Amino acid sequence: MGMTISEKIIAKACGRETVTPGEIVTCQVGLAMFHDSSGPRRQAPALKELGRDVWDPDKVVCITDHYVPAVDALSAEILKITRDWCAEQGITNFYDQQGICHVVLPERGHLHPGLFAVGGDSHSPTGGAFGAFMIGIGATDMTGVLATGEIWVQVPHTIVVRWSGALAPTVTAKDMMLALCARIGLNGAGYKVVEFMGEAVTALPMDERMVLPNMTAEVGAKTGIIAPDQVTLDYLAGAGAATEGALDWFSDDDCVYEQVLEFDADALSPQVAAPHSPANSKGVETYNGVRVDQAYIGACTGAKLADLHMAAEVVRGKKVAKTTRFMVAPASTRITQAAAKDGTLETLTEAGAILLPSGCGACAGLGAGVLAEDEVCISSTNRNFQGRMGASSAKVYLASPYTVAAAAVAGRIADPREFVSAGALSP
Amino acid sequence: MSGGRAWVYGDDINTDVLYPGAYLKGPIEEAAKHCLEAIDPTFVPNVRKGDIVVGGENFGIGSSREGAAEVLLMHGVPVVLAKSFARIFYRNAFNVGLVALVCKDTNRIAKGDDLNIDAAAGTVENKSKGETYSCETVPPHLMEIVNDGGLVPHLKKRFGRTS
Ligand code: SF4
Repeated sequence: MGMTISEKIIAKACGRETVTPGEIVTCQVGLAMFHDSSGPRRQAPALKELGRDVWDPDKVVCITDHYVPAVDALSAEILKITRDWCAEQGITNFYDQQGICHVVLPERGHLHPGLFAVGGDSHSPTGGAFGAFMIGIGATDMTGVLATGEIWVQVPHTIVVRWSGALAPTVTAKDMMLALCARIGLNGAGYKVVEFMGEAVTALPMDERMVLPNMTAEVGAKTGIIAPDQVTLDYLAGAGAATEGALDWFSDDDCVYEQVLEFDADALSPQVAAPHSPANSKGVETYNGVRVDQAYIGACTGAKLADLHMAAEVVRGKKVAKTTRFMVAPASTRITQAAAKDGTLETLTEAGAILLPSGCGACAGLGAGVLAEDEVCISSTNRNFQGRMGASSAKVYLASPYTVAAAAVAGRIADPREFVSAGALSP
Repeated sequence: MSGGRAWVYGDDINTDVLYPGAYLKGPIEEAAKHCLEAIDPTFVPNVRKGDIVVGGENFGIGSSREGAAEVLLMHGVPVVLAKSFARIFYRNAFNVGLVALVCKDTNRIAKGDDLNIDAAAGTVENKSKGETYSCETVPPHLMEIVNDGGLVPHLKKRFGRTS
């Protein structure tokens, strides 16, 4: 009997020929990533208590993104602890204020197909876009990994999400995921791996593919994964990552999937998730006309270069509504550089966008752009739980960068198809 | 064995409700004061040592923030019962010493019911209703971690460190 790509990666990591869903195995960790919030401030004291150092500094990546740039003495202190500890432990893969961890990690070539990785953040499944098996863990689990280099996992069942057909212009990977959240709910893939496939998936560029496993966190999945192909290889080569044997990682024809969910990309329209759950997603027309105080382009989900391009397509030559704040926090400093070079930042700021630092920012309710009581925001982030982006009565709608930008211009939730003519889209 | 009054909530109790993001930066004691506040402002002022938090499906969905489990422990809650748990929360709970039990009958439990829980045997006795429910048994390696008081004390044992 064949194995899925996830089962193959787990089998290799636990030193076995095969594994079966349900088994509990101990895996050697190929890469451990954490950030300033989940990282050293939690693990340093625990490791000291254990009398251990990091098992292998070369397999560790630390990225500051949650508290950047420091806005007060507390956040400055957290960042300082992070820097000092990385220096002390000899962690050279340390990216300080370079962007959001899930975006910086692949950008700097740390991910590759077949890798068994853990991340101290719930959106760590993003690594699955690169054919890695990457799961999110909490701070104490991370302490265990740093002390021992290993972690126990239960081998998960795999659910397939297959998208056939082709996405219409202004319909994006974000809309695919909001549709999935609505269909299967916040626990629809509980403990399972979601493997994405189908021609609408393989047609996506890497920036868009990343959104799919990223938001498997919103359906309770252990992780998400996409088998590598030429698009993956090209990205990896550009990022200086290991590509040898990359295409050897795929699910066998005779592997066992627990469930196959079929979706039709041709029929998908722009989606909007109402407060306070990504599962409250419906076609944009349902929420058309809802007034917004803020439109936010940010986060690991919705502020990559492709996302900034989408927003720019919508606002080009237009002005942001007077009653709406349009905030853009590019996901990494490299993305900011690229968007500055290709004119995207100019287009956005001319329309009235306010540029924010690269980091988690308002997505985690920690940085610039948080909301007051009762304010309404439409956001390209991944979750809209109550109280996440600021005040507890604030209302956050989730949508694609196209739809967020359309709302910025209209001052209300609006259909992005009315703002972008098909011909105006960049290839 | 643990026993106490039940605090009953619905499905999808998320980590922002348990540990609001706005308090991530500061000390956990501060965050603990706002635990569950968004959906139940009466929890923090009234919870007593030994009380049990009861949820529906997918308890602890959301962030990997471990504080979401820790704040419950800090309020003296030794056990969370739910029909299912979000996977990171489930791992975090045992790692910090909080018992998370999967019990499919949580809808039979009402707020304030007097519960008696035997995690090892996998039983929940509802003294107020005179009923007993069964829970999924916890994998032995997790029970060992929680009996040691969490993952760090457990690893200490493994590395042969005392105290
Ligand atoms: S951008 Fe938001 S979702 Fe992504 S890692 Fe940061 S806080 Fe988490």
